[in-house]
This record gives sequence, C-alpha cells and structure tokens, in this order.
Amino acid sequence: MEEKQIGHSVIRKEGRDKVTGRAQYVDDLAFPGMIHGVTVRSSIARGRIRGVRYGGGIPWSEFTIVTAKDIPAKNEIAAIAHDQPCLADQFINHPEEPIVLLAHPDKYLLEEARRAVQIDVDPLPAMFSIEDSLAKRAIISGEDNVFKSYHVEKGDVDAAWARADVIVEGEFRTGSQEHLYIENQGMIAAANPREGVTVWGSLQCPYYVHKALVTLFGLPPEKIRVIQTETGGGFGGKEEYPSMIAAHAALLAWKSGKPVKIVYDRAEDMVATTKRHPSRTRHRTGVTRDGKLVAMDIDFVIDGGAYATLSSVVLSRGTIHAAGPYFCPNVRIHSQAVATNAPPHGAFRGFGAPQSIFAIERHFDQVARAINLAPEEFRRRNFLRKNQTTATGQVLHEDVDLNGLLDRAFKESDYQAKRERFARENHGASIKRGIGFSSFMHGAGFTGSGEVTLASIVEMEATPEGCVRILAASTEIGQGTNTIFSQIAADALGIGLDRIEVARPDTGSVPNSGPTVASRTSMVVGKLVEAAALGLKRTLLDSGLLCEACTEDEFVRACRRYIETRGPLRSRSQYEQPPGLHWDDATFSGDAYGAYAWAVYVAEVAVDTITFEARVTDFVAVQEVGKVIHPILAAGQIEGGVAQAIGMALYENVVWSEGRMANGQMTNYIMPTAADIPPIRVFFEEQPYAFGPGGAKGIGELPMDGPAPAILNAIENATGICLREIPATPEVLMEAMTEKAGARG
Amino acid sequence: MVEIVSKIGIECTVNGKLSCFHAYPMARLLDILREELKLTGTKEGCGEGECGACAVLMNGAIVNSCLVPAIETDGADIRTIEGIASGAQLHAVQEAFLECGGAQCGMCTPGMVIAAVALIERHPHPADAEIREGLAGNLCRCTGYQKIFAAVVRACEPADRPHSGKR
Repeated sequence: MEEKQIGHSVIRKEGRDKVTGRAQYVDDLAFPGMIHGVTVRSSIARGRIRGVRYGGGIPWSEFTIVTAKDIPAKNEIAAIAHDQPCLADQFINHPEEPIVLLAHPDKYLLEEARRAVQIDVDPLPAMFSIEDSLAKRAIISGEDNVFKSYHVEKGDVDAAWARADVIVEGEFRTGSQEHLYIENQGMIAAANPREGVTVWGSLQCPYYVHKALVTLFGLPPEKIRVIQTETGGGFGGKEEYPSMIAAHAALLAWKSGKPVKIVYDRAEDMVATTKRHPSRTRHRTGVTRDGKLVAMDIDFVIDGGAYATLSSVVLSRGTIHAAGPYFCPNVRIHSQAVATNAPPHGAFRGFGAPQSIFAIERHFDQVARAINLAPEEFRRRNFLRKNQTTATGQVLHEDVDLNGLLDRAFKESDYQAKRERFARENHGASIKRGIGFSSFMHGAGFTGSGEVTLASIVEMEATPEGCVRILAASTEIGQGTNTIFSQIAADALGIGLDRIEVARPDTGSVPNSGPTVASRTSMVVGKLVEAAALGLKRTLLDSGLLCEACTEDEFVRACRRYIETRGPLRSRSQYEQPPGLHWDDATFSGDAYGAYAWAVYVAEVAVDTITFEARVTDFVAVQEVGKVIHPILAAGQIEGGVAQAIGMALYENVVWSEGRMANGQMTNYIMPTAADIPPIRVFFEEQPYAFGPGGAKGIGELPMDGPAPAILNAIENATGICLREIPATPEVLMEAMTEKAGARG
Repeated sequence: MVEIVSKIGIECTVNGKLSCFHAYPMARLLDILREELKLTGTKEGCGEGECGACAVLMNGAIVNSCLVPAIETDGADIRTIEGIASGAQLHAVQEAFLECGGAQCGMCTPGMVIAAVALIERHPHPADAEIREGLAGNLCRCTGYQKIFAAVVRACEPADRPHSGKR
C-alpha cells in the first residue's frame, strides 16, 4: 500500500510544462490553413441598427464576413434566459456588443478592416445605474427591468422591531471588478456541415460552450466538440463568456471553410467581456442593548448589465450570504438583479457573496459601535453554532467554531495589542495605522437544488499500460484540478500518483462533470472521482483478479489482465445528494449548500494622510475548510484570493463612461503588484466533512469574501473614517478625510 | 495612406543559436519569437509593457518583448524561457517554482521565471524588498505572489538542501 497522497503537497501535475514554457495555451496553437477572426462592436450603449457600411480601401472580397443572417439556427447565446443574441441584428443594448465578424489570413489587414466597418445606429435612451433601472427611466428588459428577485423570510421581522433596543441602518456599495486573468480570452474553431463544429480554447466550462453551439447551429450534440486548451486563469471570467467567442469563431469557420482563431487583445478583453456585478446593499438591524440580534432587514441589488446571463444565480448566492455567519431569529432579505445598458456582468470568484458580505461586515462594525460593544464581542454574541439555523432556515448539523477561528486569527495577528498600540501611536502621526477583521462563510457547490439538477458524472478507465485515467469536464485553470483529482484517485486505488492520468477536458470523450465554478471541483467532483476510483477497484476485486490489500504492481497486473481477458475496464459515478438535504425553490428556503467553509480574516493597514494612500501591511487568514487535500495549493488559493480582494478593496476601479469601461488597460486599471501585497499568513483548521473526498470542502471562492470589509474596518480603526463603498482609492479617501477635517474645523 | 516599409534582415542569437530572419523594423520581438521562431513559451498578457508575461533577457537585461522593435535586436543575445533549463535539467528557479507552488495557471510563469533569474543574477541572495522590487514588473493574478517569493528564496539556497515536497 502506497503512502497517502491526500494531505501532502505533491508537485503540480502539469507544473513542469508551465515552468518551462511548454504548456500550450490557445494562442500557442496554429492549424494548417488557419485564418484570424475579429469582432466589430457597437460604439454606443443602446440604439436601433440602421445598416452596416464597409468602407473604402479594403479588399473586402478577400474577407469572410459574418452577420446575424449567417447564423444556421438560433441567434442566441444559450444560458439560463434566452435574451442575449450572438450578433446584434436590430437592437444594440450595450457598448461593445458584437455585430459583425470578419476573418482574413493577415491579422494586420484584419485590424484595418475592422476600423473600416461603420455601423449606422439610431440612438435610444440608455441607463447606467441601479437607481435609474429601478426607477424605470427606460424599460430595457421585461416589464420592469428586473431579471430576477428573491425573498427570504425567517421568523416575523415586522413584529420583532419592537423588541429591539437599538436599530441601525446603513447603505453600502461595491464597484465592478475586472478578472484580469493573465491569458486573454481566445478560441480556435473548425467547422463544416459534414464534420460539425470543433472548438479549442481557454474556458472553464466545456459543456456550457457545447450547449451554446448546439443551440446556435441546430446540430445534434455529437456533432459539436469542445476541447479545453491550457487555461491561463479564469476566476469566473471564463465561465459564460467563452460561449460567445466560440460561437463567433465557429460561425467564421463555418462560412470560410477554414480554421479560425479569435484571440482578444487586453483592451478588447477588458472592455467587452464580463466583470463583477456592482451592488448596493441596505441594512436595517435591530439589536438588544446586550448585543443580541433581534431582526435584520436586508435589501440587496446587483447591476446585471444588458442581458440576463448568470445574474439570477449570482443574485441567489449573494442573497444567501447576505446575513453572514450569524444567528438571528427574524430575517428578511429582498434582492433584485436589474438591467442596465452596460455589457452583461458575470461570474466572478465569490459570485455575489463578496458584495453582500462586504455590506454586512462593514455594517456590523457600525452596529457594535452603536451599542458600545467591541466589534468582536458583538459578533461572538451572535455567531452561528451547531443546530442553529441560517437565514434560509438551514439547520447546521456540523460543529461550527467561529469563536475558535476568531481566537486564532486574533492571536496570530496580535490584534488586541496592535489595536491598543495603534490608538496610542496614531496621535499626531502622518501615517495612521489600524487593524480590522471580518467573519464570514462561503457555501460550497451549486446553490439549493443546483447539484441535483446538474447530476454530474465522472468516469475512469484503466489503460493497457497499467495507468488509470480520470475522465471529467472539470478544468484545470491554475487552481490545481489535475493534481488534487490525481491525489484523490491515487489514495482510493492505493497506487502512486504517476499511475494516474487526467484526460484533457473534451466533450467528445469526457462526461459532463459540471462547470468548474462555485467552489465545487474539490468537494463535489472530487467526491465523484473518489467514487469512480472505488468503483473501478471494486470491479477488479469482484473479478477475483485483485485482493483487497494489494501492492501497486499487483494492481497494475490485475488491470492488464482484466483488459486482456474481459475488455475495457471502466467505472462511472454520478452525483447523489448527501442525505438530509432539502431545498425549496418556491420559498427560497432550506439547505442552501451541502457544506460551508468558515473564516475570520484580519487586515492591518497604514493610511498615509498626506498622499491618502491606504496600504495593507499584514494579513492573517484563518479558515476551516474541511480536510486540506494539498496544503500548498490550498494556501495558494487563499493567498491569490486575498490578493485579488485587496485589489477589489483598494485599487481596482472600473471607470464607466456611458456604459463602457473607460480605463480598459493594465496601465490605468490597477491590480496589485508584488510590491503592494503584504505578507499573507494562512492558517487552516481542518474538520473533515463527511461527504467530501477525504473530508474536503470547497475553498476557491472563500478568500474573495472577507478581505475588503476587514480592510475598510481597519481603515476606520486607523482614521475614524467610515467608508461604505469600495474601491477605497486615494481619491475616495482624500474626499472623506478632507470632509471630516472640514467638519471638525 | 499606408506607408510602404520593407522588411530588413536581422541576425541575433536566441537561446545560444544564431537566428537570421526578415522582419519589419518595428515588428515586435514578441511576435518574432512566437510566430517566426515558434518559441511560444513567451506570452502576451497586455501588449503594452505592464504585465511582464512577455519578459525575455536581451544582452543579459530583462526586457518586455512586446515593447522591443525588431530593429533593436540585430546583433543581440536573447534568452527566452525555452533557454532557461539545460536540456532536461531544470534551472534552480524552475525547480523552486515547482516545489513552492510558484506556478498556478502558468501564464505569467515564463516571464516570472525570467524575472527571477534576472534578479538572482543581480542579487544572488536578495532581501525581501529586493525580491518584491525585482518582481514588481511581472503581474500574477493567481498566487498573490507569496509562493513566488518563497520560490525565489528557495532557488537561492544551496543545491543540496533537503526537499520538503513529495514528488
């Protein structure tokens, strides 16, 4: 029996290819006869298309030109709703909306041609804010601009206010955020009526792209094939948008008869693809004088942009996380995703939760102050515990020790001593220091009945060479899918890692294990990998070719013998809901997630009162994520998420101009560099989850949730400035601090 | 009016081998490496010199190849990510990135490895601030940089150190 792999930091499966530059991303591929494609987009936010003119000086006869008329079946990017066209044909609903596609062998000439296409448009009134959309300044979606709304009702909120000694209200906002994966989006397509459509590209969810292409071309599913190439980061940005690029490349390939590559440059990727939903959250919270929550009323709104895309699901996760990891007997949450004329906002790590958690964790510092309690003491009095219920009425059957996480985070960060020291030293200092924290949770897997609906499948096969190959559509996008799947399978089979292969996600050969999203790959799909491995081993045991306590050599021999004598050796596992989980979509109540990760994060900041720059100077992240499968990868997820969230809190400001991102360059959209990020100290508490592989829960999105409120709480501790909006750029801090100084003077 | 510019002949050394090619004077070194010489390990992240994914060594100094015109490369000695390992033997920086988890999605990794190699050639034992400054021109969206810092420190340790990671 081999030593266990789970719990050890084995070398990343595809690491060698990455450190030597051999890993092949979509732009590194070239096919014989391949030509290039570009997208002609709208320059305005809303209007009626009058016509398209192709300007002079371009040899248009050499070009493949595709418009909506060339779409074989439905002009739709299939997702949840049916409102988003692949190419706008009558109406434009946001800036940078695709209208015409061009292909040519010479990509420099192609760029000139793109500029020579003139779209004539009669402008229509457009709106760009949650407030305008709610006020129905124009109706741009359905009857009321609301893509989706949810209502959570627990207890009797209206009756409970009378029992509150203090009621605190607050409004909080979060801005948009660009994913800024280092690899821009791209696809290559080959397509013809005889063989169907094949696309290769940078993506998170092969079967989402597959569904979109089936709808667009009206072909049978087996005529569409989607293959993931090495993917240089996703963070949600490559969840739904790749369907659009794949559709465009496939249409050009279909018409030209040649393979077509579309790879966005950074500017196009930033202005045209999805971003994090901007949000507005209003809190009204009733507490007793001794700090017990009595009632919470939360109004949560996100800006979905011009089409529905995934906004309903983002909204659901944001809604469920809006009341935080606290027990309150009376909770009302009303939430809405509304339409504006910005490009559709989309999936981004955390998926609505970072927005609503920012609000509650900032708000709870204000509530604590209102009743003269320390922020940690207020939270301790209300932390969710075992057997209590969440806002959706989910009973927590597992031990939850938020107090323990808080204790550890405070100890590791030296919170109390620093808070006292900073209070002493800040007087008269031009650089004010502060420390703050947040406590939060993140549900792993699809929300509610989502995993049951997905019914994900993983397969496994033994090869004649004596290896075992994992077949799943879950993608490696940097987070370590290949490696952890291999560890899980190796342990279940009792063989070494070198014996495990992970098949490249290809809808022609792997089953649908669901999308690579929602912190579900380790916990949900990993469990299916474990089950498939156990199934494969069971087949060998039942065949009599293998005995329970086998060596790796015996396993390999048994596999070979089985294949020689009986044919292919394969196994298959499908998602089964853990017992006792119930979710009711109609009332939006019940067990929202199979498991939650829990965390307390502490941020230390220094605010320069001359330059108005806030810097994070130390960061402690303590979390309980079940069993840690791979300590280095897990810490890497936390550190990367914290860094991305530091960007969201302080630096990353999407400047909008009439619905268009005005700073769509890395030069003026600022993400953290190596010089901006503090030491991030990561600590795991491990409490194995019964239904995760080896006891693991989800981890990928959690670190996006907590840093922003912790940092703004620390800024308030340092300066006394109560900021209710992110990003807190120097401009924002200057305005707030100047105003405060003026008010005092 | 399109100005007619002719391609020029260029000779330079790439990863120790003499390369001769014709290119427009203002063609980007990045495109020449990727398209002409098929060295696709050098990546394009932003095309404007901000992200460092396209970093290579030119005459020993780190440059963003998206900002280097072909005409400047005539006679130059260029090292790309493909020239960092010695055959199957990885460079200490590459080994350290593997052991410490310095590569996640891998897209910034070639440039980051080049930056780390350049840093260590300048400072064989860099201080924390030198590491941060040395890598500040290379953006990474996955790691939060911590594991990359650790990899640089590891790469500077003596070669006979015990391995903590399991293979």
